Formats: sequence, C-alpha cells, structure tokens
Amino acid sequence: MAAEATLDRSLLSTEYRTLTYVTGPLIFVENVHKVAYNEMVAVLMPDGSERSGQVLEVAGTTAVIQVFEGTQGIDIDGTRVRFLEEVAKIDVAPELLGRILNGTGKPIDGGAPIIPERRLDITGSPINPYRRAQPADFIETGISAIDGLNTLVRGQKLPIFSGSGLPANELAAQIIRQARVKSGEEFAIVFGAMGITHREAAYFMNQFETTGALERVVFFLNLADDPTVERLLTPKCALTVAEYLAFEKDLQVLVILSDMTNYCEALREVSTAREEVPGRRGYPGYMYTDLSTIYERAGRIKGQKGSVTQLPILTMPDDDITHPIPDLTGYITEGQIVLSRHLHRRGLFPPIDVLPCLSRLMNLGIGDEKTRDDHRAVANQLYAAYAQGRDLRRLVAIVGEEALSDTDRRFLHFADEFEHQIVGQGDVGRSIEETLTIGWELMSELPMGELKRVRDFIDKYHPTAIAQAAEMGDI
Amino acid sequence: MIVGKLSKITGPVVVADGMNGTKMYDVVRVGDAGLMGEVIRLEGELATIQVYEDTSGLLIGEPVESTEGALKLELGPGLLTSIYDGIQRPLPVIAEDTGSDFIARGTVASALNRTKLWDFTPVAVVGQDVTGGDVLGTTPEGATVLHRVMVPPNTQGTIASIVEAGSYTIDDVIATLTDGTELKMSQWWPVRYGRPYKRKLDPTTPFMTGMRILDTFFPVALGGNAIIPGGFGTGKTVTQQSLAKWADVDIIIYVGCGERGNEMTEVLAEFPELDDPRTGHKLMDRTVLVANTSNMPVAAREASIYTGVTLAEYYRDMGYNVAMMADSTSRWGEALREVSGRLEEMPGEEGYPAYLATRLASFYERSGRVEALGDGERVGSVTMVGAVSPPGGDMSEPMTQNSLRVTGAFWALDTSLAHRRHFPAISWTKSYTLYLGQVQDWFESEVADDWRAVRERAMFILQKETELQEIVQLVGPDALPETEKIILEVARMIREDFLQQFAFDAIDAYCPPKKAYWILKTILAFNDAATQAMSRGVSLRQVLQLPSRDEISTLKTTPHDQALERMPELVQQIGEQIAGIEVL
Repeated sequence: MAAEATLDRSLLSTEYRTLTYVTGPLIFVENVHKVAYNEMVAVLMPDGSERSGQVLEVAGTTAVIQVFEGTQGIDIDGTRVRFLEEVAKIDVAPELLGRILNGTGKPIDGGAPIIPERRLDITGSPINPYRRAQPADFIETGISAIDGLNTLVRGQKLPIFSGSGLPANELAAQIIRQARVKSGEEFAIVFGAMGITHREAAYFMNQFETTGALERVVFFLNLADDPTVERLLTPKCALTVAEYLAFEKDLQVLVILSDMTNYCEALREVSTAREEVPGRRGYPGYMYTDLSTIYERAGRIKGQKGSVTQLPILTMPDDDITHPIPDLTGYITEGQIVLSRHLHRRGLFPPIDVLPCLSRLMNLGIGDEKTRDDHRAVANQLYAAYAQGRDLRRLVAIVGEEALSDTDRRFLHFADEFEHQIVGQGDVGRSIEETLTIGWELMSELPMGELKRVRDFIDKYHPTAIAQAAEMGDI
Repeated sequence: MIVGKLSKITGPVVVADGMNGTKMYDVVRVGDAGLMGEVIRLEGELATIQVYEDTSGLLIGEPVESTEGALKLELGPGLLTSIYDGIQRPLPVIAEDTGSDFIARGTVASALNRTKLWDFTPVAVVGQDVTGGDVLGTTPEGATVLHRVMVPPNTQGTIASIVEAGSYTIDDVIATLTDGTELKMSQWWPVRYGRPYKRKLDPTTPFMTGMRILDTFFPVALGGNAIIPGGFGTGKTVTQQSLAKWADVDIIIYVGCGERGNEMTEVLAEFPELDDPRTGHKLMDRTVLVANTSNMPVAAREASIYTGVTLAEYYRDMGYNVAMMADSTSRWGEALREVSGRLEEMPGEEGYPAYLATRLASFYERSGRVEALGDGERVGSVTMVGAVSPPGGDMSEPMTQNSLRVTGAFWALDTSLAHRRHFPAISWTKSYTLYLGQVQDWFESEVADDWRAVRERAMFILQKETELQEIVQLVGPDALPETEKIILEVARMIREDFLQQFAFDAIDAYCPPKKAYWILKTILAFNDAATQAMSRGVSLRQVLQLPSRDEISTLKTTPHDQALERMPELVQQIGEQIAGIEVL
C-alpha cells in the first residue's frame, strides 16, 4: 500500500498562536518551524472546541492551512494551531463494513469505536501501470441500457452524468441492489456521500436497510450542511478504505461517489480563497489532475483477487455535458452513463440516453463465455438503428410522417419501442439474456436487409428466421 | 556540489534557497527522500523546481541537491520492449525492486539492464577518424531490429582501440579514442534538445496506416505529423492504438501522457501478445512504451512527451522510420498550464501560458525525415501523431488551434459519428492533409495511375451528399430527383462499405492501400453503371436490388488476396448486371 510518510520530529508538538490572516476556509500562521506540506493540523478554537485542517502551502515560516469545518468563529488572538506531524490518514479495519462514518472517516452511527488494523495515508500512491490487470469480468447490473449497450466490467470507473431532479440516486440504488458478477460474489459497497441532502441520505439508508445490504456497506456521510471543505477528504478516505478492502481483504468493491459536482465546488472554493489563477469557469487549473487522483484509484492488480469498481455520480449544471466537471470527468473515466431529462419527463425509468453513453471497457467484458456471442453485434445494431430513428424524428417534425418511406417509418417506430422496452424497463432487474432477447424482438420489426451488423447471427437468434427455419424443418 | 534548502512548497512546485550555480532545467534531488525535480525558474539564489513526485510530507529546510545536469535519457540497446514512466524509470523493474503494486516516492531504477550481455560486432577499425553519428558496430536488439551503436553527437577523434566481436554489457568500454574518450554501447542525451542531423529531407513516402480513410483520403508522409482531436468517447485512443499496431514503420514509440491507467494496461497487455504483421515476431519487439497515467505526478507528465521524442530520434539516427504516438498532447498542455499557474505566471488564453504555441511548435518540429549524422547515407524519419482532447469537444480551444498551425494533417474526430457507432469516427468534411502533393507520386506508381482521380471523385460524392442532406432535412428525401437519390445511396455505400472499419476484426483491422483503392473503384463503378442505367429509364429500386451490391459490402472483411483477385471481375459483373436490367 501507500508509502508511510512519517515525519521525523520530536514527540512534543508546539502550539502556535501566530495566526495573522483568515480568509474563506483558509488561515495563515506565521513563525512556524519544520512544517510539512499536506500535514494535518488541529485548530483549537477560543471556546475550547477543536477543528481539523491541512497545510496547503508553506513558504519560509508561513503556513497556509485549510480548515475543514470552516473558519467561522476563528479569531486572530485566541485561536491556537497544533501541527499533528502526519499527513491525512484514516484508520482501517474489516469491521468498517456496516458502519456509518463522517466525511473524514470518524464513526457517527453511535457504534463502538473502530479498532484500527492499519492506519493509511489517504492520498494513496498511483498503481504501477505495469502491475495493473486488465478488467475483463462482466458485471450484471440488471439494467438493459447498461448491460446490453454500455457494459460495466470489474475494475472500471463509469460515472453517471445526471441533471438536477433526475433520478441518479434511484439508479445507483438499483445498481447496488442488483449488481453481481458471474461467479456470484457479492460486492462490498463503499459509499462516499459528498454534500448530499438529508433526504437523499435517508433514501440510501432506507434502501440499504430494506434490502439487507447495510452489512456490506461502508457509508461515508458528508451532508449538504456539513463543512464544505471536509468533503475534499471524503472521496480520498472512501477510496483508501476501498483499496484496503480490495487489495488486502480480497473483496470485490463497488465505490459510489455522490455527488462529484459538490466536490468540485469545494475545490473551487478553496482555490478562490487562495487567490489562484482560475481556469475555466473559475475552477482551478489542476482540477484534471485532482480528479484523476480520485478516479484512477479503480482497477484490478495482477495476482490479486479483489477489485475496485467506481460509479461516481455527478450533476451536470444546466444539463450541460461540456461543463468543466462532466468534461474533465469524461476524459478520465472509462465512459459515461448519461441521464436524459426528455426521457424522464416521459415517465421512463431509468431515463438513460444511450446515444452519448459509452463504456470503453465493454469489449473486454462481453462475448462468448462472458455474456453471449452476439452481444457486440446486437449492441452495434441497436445503436445504429436507434440513432437512425432519432434522426428521422427530427425529419418528421418538419415534413410529417406521411412523407416517410415504409422502411423509415419502421425505424421511427423502432426508436419509440427501444425507449420503452429496452431503456424504460422500470424498477425490475433483467438478465443479460433477457436484454438480448428483447433486442432481437425489436430488431425483427426492421427489414432483414437493414440488419447489416448482426448478419452473422440472424440464423441463430432472429425470431422470424428461427421460426422460418422451424417451418422448413417441418416440411 | 550545489546543495540548497527548501523554502517554499506548493503542490508539485517548490522553491529552494542557496542554489546559486544551478542552471535552468538542471535536475535536482529534493528533500531527504531524494524526489526528482527540475529547475524551472531562477531568481537570485532562489530556484523554483517542479517535482516529478508527490510532495506531501516535505519539510521546509530539507536539503535540495543539484545534479548539475539537465534531464537526460540513457540511450542504448535494451530500450525496445521497455515500459517507462515519464522520466525513463522502468515500471516493471520498479515493481520488482519494491515488491509493491503501487509506485512509491523517490524510487530510483536504471533505465537499461546493466548486466545483460549484447552480441557486439564492430564495424569501425583502429585508426579510423570518427565523428558524431558514425557507426562503431552493431548488435541485434531482439529478433527484428539491428541496433547500430553510434558515436555520440558532438564527439570526434581517432579510434585508438575497439573491442573484438563478442558479448558485452552496456557498461563495458567498447572503443577508446586517441584523446582518451571511452565509448560505450549506451549514451546520454538531454530530453529537451533535439538530436542533431545532417539535413532535413522532403517527406515523399506515405506513412501507411492500414486505415482506409487515412491512407486514401488524408495521407501523411513519413516524417510528417498529424493531430487527432476529438471529444471524449470519439475513439482517439483506439485510433492511436490501431496506428501503433499497423503503421508501416520500423519502430513504435507510444506515449501514454496523462491518460487512463486501464487503457495503458490494455496497451501493456496487448502489445506483447500481438503478432507483428511486418516481421512475424511480436509487435512489442520494436516498441517502447512510455506510460505516465493521469494520476502519476504532473511534472513527469510534462516531461513524458520529450522522453518519447528523444527515444524516437535516437532510432531515427540509426536510419529507421519511427512513429511516435502521443496520447494525449492536451494532458501535456494542461500539465504546462498547471505548473505555470503554480509559478503565478500571467495566464494567456484559457489559462494556458503564453509560451504554449512556442513549445508546441518546437515539439512538432522534432518530427521529420532526415539524413542522419555520420558515415553511410542513413535516412531515418520520425512521424508524430498527437491526440488532442479539446474540452467539451470544442476545437476552437488553444491546444487544438496552436497544434493546427504547426502540424501537417488534421484528422478530426466527430462526436456525432461516434454516437452512431461509425468508426473510425474521422470526419471527412473537417479533416485535411497538406501532404497530398508530396505523396501522390508514390501512390500513382505503387497503387494505380488514377489513384488521385478516384480519391477525388469519392470525396466529391461525399461532399455532394452533405449538401443534399441539408435539402433532405428540409423537404424530405422524396423531393429529390432519382439522379440525386443515387448519389445519396452511393455516398452511403462509401460511408458504410469503405470508410467504416472495424479495428477489432481480424481482417478489416488492416487494409492494404491497393485493396482500399479497389473497394473505392468498385463502388464508383457501381455508381457509373447505375447512373447510366437510370438515364435510360431504369428505376432506382431496380438498381438497388442488384445482388453485387451486397457483395461490395462484404469486401472489406474478405481476405485481402481473395478480395483483390475478385474486385476487377466484380467491376465488370456490376457493369453487365446493370446493363442487363430491363426498363419496366
């Protein structure tokens, strides 16, 4: 695991009373000695309470510290600062499963304190690319639009791009409920909630309790009214626990991070307070690097049984997929699942707009022996036909349906049926075989000559072709 | 020795005091952990350093030691098949040495295997006057590449002694000059300087990629450069990997610059398994991989493309054709921006530093076809293909625009094509190449006399289709006359049966230029015959029901030889079949 960053200093730690400047979430402390970059800090408030912080910059004898719980109530004269001589760490133990922790990894469920098996640096170290194993195991989420068309594999990071008011949480809950791998192993879930509302938190708790999933969930909870800056640590804590469970305890871990937009907002808040040169829309220039240190902590390692699969959820401001947050995310993650307001308004669940969706690792997890030999071809054909149907919708809006040829009308109809039957499956799970069967039924409504991409499988799976072959056999 | 003290730490950028005597871009060792860094600004006794590793836990006052030399690569036999990070640390060796699956900080490892014995055959003789680039001898590097051991540039003299043929390590002295200079099989070169050559040559041979749309429509010459911009999910990486697998060059340098770990794994897992279509051995035997994934330190990412191009130039100097793939140059630009931000430099467009264009230009100008230094007329080339990831797919952003100004071909990836699963999603309306005039002669002598004419006609049909589609969007397809409907049909055939190419299909993954030409020619033959038939009253429906139309669509997945043999017949048959249609 991560190299221990120990700081070689005396056991006696000094308390500094030398605050000189407070701005936003930052405080500046003067005359400090031997302070390390990224070191953790305890801020002792005038009223005796304690807050935590982290060193963002040291220059000579000045340290810039970000305070996770916010700077309300901090004063220049009475507040003291103690440097904790270690970088941010979290206690880990297998008993974390079933526990609810705050955004920085302290239990908040009223249960027993966690007896740490190890104490790990939350920044982690990058996995040596040479030691990574290629993700190859199909995860059946039970959702046709994902399994059939944008297959998730173990070790992948596949974000859900949502919009405000769209049911991303419901989709995530359904995936947690249904996800399984072929070998039948259950997933351990690490849930990192950043700035979600009480209502959303309650929804997830409720879901975990009713489905009995709670005992395999580690729940990091930073609510919307918790300190903003604290959520900068939440995903790192969650992923450190996930890596520990996966690579030391051999578990299959599914990490849900919700909502990454809140994380990025916190990042921007700190950056602005530091008066850094802003990048696009005020987000800091290093946001790509920062996000990548989160998202890249997914994968499999050669010779290890466990894996970390990530499903981050983010809200696209104003449904804009080119906004820096979804944009940078899309460049790091291996595809994306995009929710559509249009489908949601029409009452379809899950409202996944498959056209902008993608799973880059799909080809590794499908095909003969993994799912079914025709999977790739069916997915391609459904995509092509649906895209054609969608194009025709635009045309119909102008010229009317009468102007279309018979073939075009069938494509138009196909697009509707596709949305209702494949995408809008509702709150039920489907096996991959069921998904593919429905796909073939829909395709059989199209002229056989148009099914160029599944040509090799028509004899084997096309309902009409099979029926005809059976008839021929009878005669 | 220059040793200073740390005085400021902000993320990957640190400042050290007491550093007088250091030069810009000197490599330094930072802190007790000995993290590697590079000097990027000097101010009195203060040196600003970008550190290639995570700086968490560094203390003010820790020592900073200058190595008094720029970031250099060790070049010699054993580079091929290696997997390096952005600053030439071999990842497999690191994994083995540390026994960890993660990359710890401050790890040091030799870039080349120091104990491996190489069969060296001398070429130079005692008493011979040599200068930089002259070949001292050769050693086979793997099964397919003959490594030429050269006198390092900027070195000259008379050979006083040279070893006999035999096995030597890279640390053994293989020759000495009369002035006492010892020459080994390996040499060092600073990454930020281009290696010298005699002169640049005009690129005239095409860089064959096996991708129909690139080879036929937008070819690049050996020694040229191209960029592939596209939003996420448009297939930049798949295209780059396809190029690496199939491109008709001797050596491949593949730089994963700030990209996904799992994608790099795909390359790492796949390349050693892939059979090399050119030599029958493994593709990895003539490949060097540089992998600096997005979560690895940002400063090393900035260095990684220079590492890549220096490796490429070294093999170019031996007289090889080298292709370098950089995926993605945008991540490099962002690294530049991030470091510039930490230096509190005045930002230019979109926060990128004002010197972005200069850096890009000097990087891409390191490509080219050259006459190498030294004896024997060795001609080598470096062809660069850089992926660009424009934010939000918006090509007006600085990285794309600045790259366009200095590169010769633009292979634009189109999101809407990717959405309808048209791969490779390279747009035929937006892409262009400036090398057409230079490579035309080659195609006309090697492929067919009318190669350019066929290409031009196909492009015209596609262009016409775009115009007609606009009309169709307004009034519907039925409003078009039959003569224009046939254009739509033929354009569709060009798109589906020629442009679309499946990178994962055993046969279709690579298409030789002759086959590409004939497929296009067959489709055009269909077009001509159909247009002629329709002018005598045959209906479009009748033409479209022709059985040979189906056959055209299977050509790309038919084995090459078989298809090449079949196509001239097919052209004739199509003519006959259409001529035979009776007017209803």
